[in-house]
Amino acid sequence: MFTVFLQFLFSGLTTGAVYALVGIGFNIVYNSTSIINLAQGEFVVIGGLMMWLFLEGLKLSFMTSIILTLAVAGSIGLIMERLTIRPLLKKADLLLMIMVTIAVSILMRGILMFKFGKEPYSYPPFTEGEPIIVYGAVIQQQTLWVIFITGLCIVLLYLFFNKTLLGKAMRACSVDPRAARLMGINVSRIVMLSFVISAVIGAVGGIAITPISLMEYDKGPMLAVKGFCASIMGGLGRGRGAVIGGFVLGILESLTAGYIHSGMKDAVALIIMLFILFVRPAGLFGSAEVARLRRF
Amino acid sequence: MNKGLRLLLSILTALTVFSFISISQAKEPYKIGAIFSVTGAASFLGEPEKNTVLMLVDEINRAGGINGHPLEVIIEDSKSDETQAVLAAKKLLEKDNVLAIIGPSTTGESMALVPIMNNAKTPLISCAAGAGITNPVQERYWIFKTPQYDTSAVEAIYTHMKKHGITKVGIITIATGFGDAGKKALHDLAPKFGITIVADERYGPKDSDMTTQLTKIKASGAQAVINWSVGPGQVVVTKNWHSLKMGIPLYQSHGWGSKKNIELAGKAAEGVIAPLGRLVVWDKLPDKHPQKALLKKYEEDYKAHYKGEPGTFGGHAYDALMMVVEALKKAGPDRKKIRDYIENNIKNWPGTGGIFNMSPKDHCGLDMSAFEMVVVKNGDWEILK
Repeated sequence: MFTVFLQFLFSGLTTGAVYALVGIGFNIVYNSTSIINLAQGEFVVIGGLMMWLFLEGLKLSFMTSIILTLAVAGSIGLIMERLTIRPLLKKADLLLMIMVTIAVSILMRGILMFKFGKEPYSYPPFTEGEPIIVYGAVIQQQTLWVIFITGLCIVLLYLFFNKTLLGKAMRACSVDPRAARLMGINVSRIVMLSFVISAVIGAVGGIAITPISLMEYDKGPMLAVKGFCASIMGGLGRGRGAVIGGFVLGILESLTAGYIHSGMKDAVALIIMLFILFVRPAGLFGSAEVARLRRF
Repeated sequence: MNKGLRLLLSILTALTVFSFISISQAKEPYKIGAIFSVTGAASFLGEPEKNTVLMLVDEINRAGGINGHPLEVIIEDSKSDETQAVLAAKKLLEKDNVLAIIGPSTTGESMALVPIMNNAKTPLISCAAGAGITNPVQERYWIFKTPQYDTSAVEAIYTHMKKHGITKVGIITIATGFGDAGKKALHDLAPKFGITIVADERYGPKDSDMTTQLTKIKASGAQAVINWSVGPGQVVVTKNWHSLKMGIPLYQSHGWGSKKNIELAGKAAEGVIAPLGRLVVWDKLPDKHPQKALLKKYEEDYKAHYKGEPGTFGGHAYDALMMVVEALKKAGPDRKKIRDYIENNIKNWPGTGGIFNMSPKDHCGLDMSAFEMVVVKNGDWEILK
């Protein structure tokens, strides 16, 4: 019985890690702009598909492929911000900009479909080999990679936001853009940077999960919804919150599928999320005072 | 000369010229309509269907058409939407005055066209699989379909299981129309074969990990797993099944028949069993098999025209079009005669989907003999005896 429980847990960790990475991406953009970037899921797809293109299509080496993929994703994030968000940032309201991100996500999906077609893509896991067995439960090596990479991203982002001047400047913008501007911080550049970072984080997730879950052009919206749930469950804007929110959501889904019924998986996980938000409207780690001060 | 007069004159000249051309040409074309989901959610069906029809029409016309009449197929895109399919059918019937319609690609769209075709007294040869399209047959006087029934695929799987002494199965189905139909058929037919379904699991079309569901099936004491889905889900299930080392065989539905799936699942696909139409294994058929020559030609022609494999779906359009073409050739351009010909004269008729035997009681004409049980071995298909 314990083995079965452990298996459900491992399965939940796999999906949860991806939700967490998407959730972090939401938070980074939200923190510097108060925008929910609903194209976040598309960056995960770009990560997986571009990695396939470089690794399998063009037969480049593993490291080169990763670097090129992240560069492509970062550039797309940059172009997206410069072309669609920047012209609107000062004059339009937030809701309109969120609409714009939906438009961008549809556009990206269209381009991806045109380029890659509708079939799923995959490449071999990072390390070949037999799955690892823990107390009779099976964990794939790639799952460990996904969890490791998620952890690495969290640590790097923590160091960046807390130990570097640029990271601190980004946090300052998220607290009060006007005060940040008065302190000589180039807010427009910071917003751009936040889109680039979130695009790269999304792509990292895509690169890591594609060997497990395959990747096709229209996987983005589902990932965006789940990642968004993770980040509001943890408290929108809280880095730590999105991580825990992601894992909680993943494990909840898996346990529901295991102990109630797999058909109820999404429903039960979302009901629990609603319940959490009823009890703690600012999310598990958000503070109600901060939430009240925000524009959105 | 004023402008109006000049315009009138040029129109008249044009008309005269055109009428001369049409007289000089052989005979007037036979018009058939086609409705496919070329774009939208079901475009993976509509695209190969459209390609197949374009290719065949070109070939037929280059060989002199049907009894000297050129064949004209007017293809409409239903955008995978019932409303659009209905509008397309009305346009084809009222404006183009077609003799028959082939398509649509999905069950939902086909069902929406049933009353329209019955009213218009024009035959429809659907390329969708749902059993409701042609049943009950007395209310489907003008409707036929070419894909095999889901239930035939289930029968093929259960027959194979029975032969190998499997009585307890765990099923896992995708939460889409395809999965629902499969789930129902699996449940309905199980008692007939003495099979008990001990676990019944589901997953979403975009789910990335089915380990949980498979673990439950393993714990339920099932002797085999049946996965019923199309798309990436079937590859993920295969990978999870392999990494869990479940120790029981995995059966897939007839949606498994694409080399791409073996490619994506890699060595995890070894040993997976599925009922597949003969299109994917034509090269492994004995030479005298009635479908072999036709399947070989279709696949080779398709690959020469388009990139990618034709797949089973393109084959459904192939069968639908060729039935109408044969009916036109033998019975002439009359809607009722075309219908009667297809119902009564398509007997022992080899198509891509199987050997068709239409009758007033069965407007599909295929049973489980349309499938071969195929196992994945060394990265290739192998027919099970």
